[in-house]
Amino acid sequence: MTVERGEARRYSPPAARIKSWWSNPWGKPRFLVLFTGAYILWSLVPVAIAVQFGFNAGRSRSAWQGFSLRWYLWDPNLSVLHDPSLRAALVQSFQLAALTMLIATPLGVALAIGLARWYGRGARPANFLMLFPLVTPEIVMGVALFLVFVHLFGFVRLGTMAQVLGHVTFTISYVVIVVRGRLFSVGREYEEAAMDLGASRLQALRTVLLPMLAPAIWSSLMVAFAISIDDFVISAFLMGDQSSTTIPVKLYSAARLAPSPAINALASILLFASMLAIAIAIAILVMRRSRKKDGVEGSAVEDFARLDL
Amino acid sequence: MSRPAAERRAVGERRWLWPSLALPGVLWLVLLFLTPLYAVLAVAMGTPDPIFGGALPAWNPLAWDPGELGTILDELFTGQLGFVFLRTLVYVAVATFLSLLIGYPVAYYVARHAGRFRVLLLMLIIAPFWINYLMRMLAWVNLLSTDGYVNQVLLFVGLLDEPREWLVGKHETVILGLVYGYVPFLILPLFAALDRIDQRVIEAARDLGASPARAFFAVTLPLSSQGILAGCVIVMLPMFGDYYTATLLSGSPRTNMVGKLIEQDILSGAGSGRGAALTVVLMVFVGILMTYYLYSVARASREARS
Repeated sequence: MTVERGEARRYSPPAARIKSWWSNPWGKPRFLVLFTGAYILWSLVPVAIAVQFGFNAGRSRSAWQGFSLRWYLWDPNLSVLHDPSLRAALVQSFQLAALTMLIATPLGVALAIGLARWYGRGARPANFLMLFPLVTPEIVMGVALFLVFVHLFGFVRLGTMAQVLGHVTFTISYVVIVVRGRLFSVGREYEEAAMDLGASRLQALRTVLLPMLAPAIWSSLMVAFAISIDDFVISAFLMGDQSSTTIPVKLYSAARLAPSPAINALASILLFASMLAIAIAIAILVMRRSRKKDGVEGSAVEDFARLDL
Repeated sequence: MSRPAAERRAVGERRWLWPSLALPGVLWLVLLFLTPLYAVLAVAMGTPDPIFGGALPAWNPLAWDPGELGTILDELFTGQLGFVFLRTLVYVAVATFLSLLIGYPVAYYVARHAGRFRVLLLMLIIAPFWINYLMRMLAWVNLLSTDGYVNQVLLFVGLLDEPREWLVGKHETVILGLVYGYVPFLILPLFAALDRIDQRVIEAARDLGASPARAFFAVTLPLSSQGILAGCVIVMLPMFGDYYTATLLSGSPRTNMVGKLIEQDILSGAGSGRGAALTVVLMVFVGILMTYYLYSVARASREARS
């Protein structure tokens, strides 16, 4: 890293510098700095403005009329707190995400360990099966689950139960991916050492491997929560009636038809929740890493960036 | 890899441990992922219910009736449906290309030049990932509304004489939405690919007399081609199934994508046979992309394991 761009450190008169930059904007990346900065502004400022208007004192979503929590709390009919449809969507979203997290994480952790250690005949197809949901367009999964619940598994009624089953189905693979990264880096040596010392496989798993996986398991809980609470397509296809509307579904139906800053407020709550979940997940990974070796505090974030395959 | 005594001893003992750990997850995915996919096929190949007008799925492949699928294919090549597929294809192609144009320089900078700001920039780039997609579209609905900030700025600068209706049937708005929505998903694989490139290879090219531009085009770009391919596939797959972007940012049949037709057919209830058949066609449409990506990910995970 230090050798890089040695030529830029040498002194050169401003005119020559501008000329050399002009002839080669990729050299010292001023163009790239501007471009990246502009991109980040473009990607985040619209959302920041939308969050801001959730705090607008007036009804407008394009003219700022002062700060207020009116659309969160105070408005007696239209605020998130008082509008029954908004409050129901909020509750439904959090309930779904919590249930999904609690079901998908154990399933995914077990699947990840199984797939990483099992070399038998079924391992490869099982691995493919795990990856398949990741590449399937959500609408296909939504249609498929809708049809199977309507035509085959009639005992599953559309609504919360169907939504939980659907959310768990596409969340499992993400849990596996999170945990698997850690499994690969741990390797088999620790378990083998434990078994050489007389532990059974099950004991080695319980007393050696699982504690080592703990940070990844906590992170995967958070990731499962964030993925579930963010989902729109599956929730929309499996919702049955209005009583199981989630926040994203509400955003979809109200963004054009019933625009009010309360919608922005609702969306902002969702944003805060998933940001918090992800911040916790990253913090867990960073903390574990900094205990092990200092100086590379960044790499947990980088691992996280690479994780989304 | 040498297997120590414990492993040899364990051959007889608890061999079933690993597969049985995987079993619940595998079972879940068979029941709630593979079976539903088969249900789509069964409904698509089924017959319309003569009494209720819904679909009657044909679970037995021998009883498959390709009537619905034939109708769809017929419309695809002669009727209105072909236009919708073509429009979807054009939207996806243009949006993917623009995303690459925007995403590559950003990924390149963060991966190779960001220095001490690297982690911060990376966090900012990951952030949109965890902001709800519909929230991000809602942000643009606010900005692009008739009295929104975009019109205000354009009027102020003098680029427009009167406010423009951005949110009704405008192709450029839908493409903007798609690009805005999916760029982050493209940047991450690009970042990973560019980050893996060994700095010394580029330096070698420079030492051998290549200009920076030449070194970029002859070394960096080819070495990142896997990331480009993976990133494009990652954004194209969900884009092909996208229907909400166009609904939120345009809401007009002029900008409908295939997904919108599927949503309408399935959720209206009556046309679920037709919706299922459309889904099958869409699956075939994106099948190549899915297969490519599935194999490349499976290969990467095998390499990581060994």
